[in-house]
Amino acid sequence: MPIEIKMPALSPTMEEGTLAKWLVKEGDSVKSGDIMAEIETDKATMEFEAVDEGTVARIVIAEGTDNVKVGTVIMTLAAEGEDASAAPAAPATKDDSPSPDAKADERKPADTVEDSAHPAQEKVDTGVRQMFEAAGHTAEITDPQVPEGTEMVKTTVREALRDAMAEEMRADDRVFVMGEEVAQYQGAYKVTQGLLDEFGDRRVIDTPITEYGFAGVGTGAAMGGLRPIVEFMTFNFAMQAIDHIINSAAKTNYMSGGQMRCPIVFRGPNGAASRVGAQHSQNYGPWYASVPGLIVIAPYDAADAKGLLKAAIRSGDPVVFLENELLYGRSFDVPKVDDWVLPIGKARIMKPGKDVTIVSYSIGVGLSLEAADKLADEGIDAEVIDLRTLRPLDTKAVLKSLAKTNRLVVVEEAWATCSIASEIAAVVMEEGFDDLDAPVLRVTNEDVPLPYAANLEKLALIDSARIVAAVKKVCYR
Amino acid sequence: MAKAPARAIADPPIPNRERPGEPLPFEATKEQLLDFYKQMLLIRRFEEKAGQLYGLGLIGGFCHLYIGQEAVAVGLQSALDGDKDSVITGYRDHGHMLAYGIDPQVIMAELTGRAAGISKGKGGSMHMFSTEKRFYGGHGIVGAQVSLGAGLAFKHKYSGDGGVCMAYFGDGAANQGQVYEAFNMAELWKLPIIFVIENNQYAMGTSVNRASAEDQLYRRGESFRIPGIQVDGMDVLACRGAAETALEWVRAGKGPVILEMKTYRYRGHSMSDPAKYRSREEVQAVRDKSDPIEHVKQLLAAQGVKEEDLKTVEQAIRKTVNEAADFAESTPEPDPAELYTDVLVETY
Repeated sequence: MPIEIKMPALSPTMEEGTLAKWLVKEGDSVKSGDIMAEIETDKATMEFEAVDEGTVARIVIAEGTDNVKVGTVIMTLAAEGEDASAAPAAPATKDDSPSPDAKADERKPADTVEDSAHPAQEKVDTGVRQMFEAAGHTAEITDPQVPEGTEMVKTTVREALRDAMAEEMRADDRVFVMGEEVAQYQGAYKVTQGLLDEFGDRRVIDTPITEYGFAGVGTGAAMGGLRPIVEFMTFNFAMQAIDHIINSAAKTNYMSGGQMRCPIVFRGPNGAASRVGAQHSQNYGPWYASVPGLIVIAPYDAADAKGLLKAAIRSGDPVVFLENELLYGRSFDVPKVDDWVLPIGKARIMKPGKDVTIVSYSIGVGLSLEAADKLADEGIDAEVIDLRTLRPLDTKAVLKSLAKTNRLVVVEEAWATCSIASEIAAVVMEEGFDDLDAPVLRVTNEDVPLPYAANLEKLALIDSARIVAAVKKVCYR
Repeated sequence: MAKAPARAIADPPIPNRERPGEPLPFEATKEQLLDFYKQMLLIRRFEEKAGQLYGLGLIGGFCHLYIGQEAVAVGLQSALDGDKDSVITGYRDHGHMLAYGIDPQVIMAELTGRAAGISKGKGGSMHMFSTEKRFYGGHGIVGAQVSLGAGLAFKHKYSGDGGVCMAYFGDGAANQGQVYEAFNMAELWKLPIIFVIENNQYAMGTSVNRASAEDQLYRRGESFRIPGIQVDGMDVLACRGAAETALEWVRAGKGPVILEMKTYRYRGHSMSDPAKYRSREEVQAVRDKSDPIEHVKQLLAAQGVKEEDLKTVEQAIRKTVNEAADFAESTPEPDPAELYTDVLVETY
């Protein structure tokens, strides 16, 4: 039997990719280590090496095919002693007649590609995968800023963030971006893709691996009058720089009696990523949100990512902008308007409802929307609120919704202790007690460092089933 | 086999790059010298008064005095271009502010926590700023000002304003990791910055030798290719001369330079430090032999300035300081509403 070579997963969240180029042809013999193909993920073009030795029997997926699912058979390899020509040698050129699967894929928009007839590689069922998949949930943009009939463009969160930076950099020469791998590498997560080409190395600056130092350089530049965007490869690494974020950036305006402004944006991915273990999986929202002098933003979808990042760059205050790696590749509608800027500090009703309020932010919003769907099947009409900004918190929006539904569940991909969820619960106790028909419940991660093992990771992270259970509890169902 | 003849003298080490020349003492006119004298004396009398007010309970918290180190701030800052250069320092900041010509009254009023203080009474001794004078603080976290200063230098370069940042820090801060992160980026990007290490011999109670593997701090930039110069920080003319050499280097686009200013603080680390880690004799010996103000006084005498003229200067300075203290004691505390202002710039 020839060996089936399958589309590899080249990043923790990769679901599909483009088979950009074959570097071998049928009949070639390959040995371990030979580069057989170039595969494009949403982040990068990767080389795909042979592991087994043999002769290329059949190229199943033609080069240039987009949206090839991870696990799809892309070629077969005849092992030594096998007859490579025995395998059916269907022509495999893109223009001609690619394999049925590839052709089927081509006709479908990226978001709706189904699993091919080939059994996909066994998906490891992890907590992160659930969160990632729930992020397919979208809500209508109901912000008043969108005029009737505005065209919507499907945009990934990654592109939305990039567009926000590019637009603000075009408008204001004081804006620049610095961080590890932001320039020549085009961003560790490709969020700064293309910025170096457009703005040059004066304004798109690769730093050494030196978080404390460059956070200080950025903060000092902001104090001097520039508008830096400091990218942390992840907010886990910003722990090295937290002194400058809090002691230097957040406090100086106050300590100087309003003389020393610090208009800086610290941004990067935050929260649990996939199977990267405890040091790379943490939500710093509650940490930064406890500090006066900071603005803390944690968007869910692409429209908010763009509109709020633009607002953050324009703000005269230091902003911590918490993105989510799992959401970078997700596509959402973004209004096609000249200058899409959203107000900081305003929550958004993602789905109106009357029976219960589910409050969340960042990746928890997708899970909350998924839970709301399930609850609808059981006759519970949940209202889902995305906080979007964690400091200042839009407590008015939460209290207003509570006054309508009288029941509240807070969903947060973070630890429960000293969380945003705890803060919301406290605010509701102080200001919304009379509206409560049930205690506020928190759905948060388990109180442990995030484990690596897939099953344990799943147990540790929030999911929609837990949200459904909590909602039922506050509804006494 | 015959032995190769031993060389009488080893070849001098080959420098891996150009270095700035050895600075020369500044040749001051009588007027300039008198001006240095006035500035240094103002700092000394101001700090003595601050110490007094602290003892009376009018100044709270930490209060780090600059007495003994006056020549450093006065000598270095006299060489800066006030229209474009910037200064940043740590928590021992009163002297740098006075040397920058900031009104003693608003500094003293900040020390007493009054609304008229330069930070509206919300910063205190360690957190004072004057963006108008390009004095960027006043930072309480040891070493933070070094990275921040590199950021100010980044701004000078980015906007091409021709300015240079002078970032002061002590021998204690010189052991902080972020200092070396800043050194690396500053040289890598050829930022216009002068790193000034005010080596007053003690990081709080720990002497340089007890804390630093390389106690010749001017060499601390070597592995980043940043040249360093050791300067007599008790001699205002040496300080000014070194500043000119450093500025020439930095303004020529050659990147950062380190000045290690060998100086000495007469008082404790802060007002609450009994300074048991050194002997009274050690302090007295420095006062007797190397006092920066006495030194200038002698130079002035040699230039024919009369004792009574210096007395007049002294009286005027005492008057200024007393007025600052009176103002700082009598001007009101901040309005309670000030508690909530200046947290954020914008309204959300």
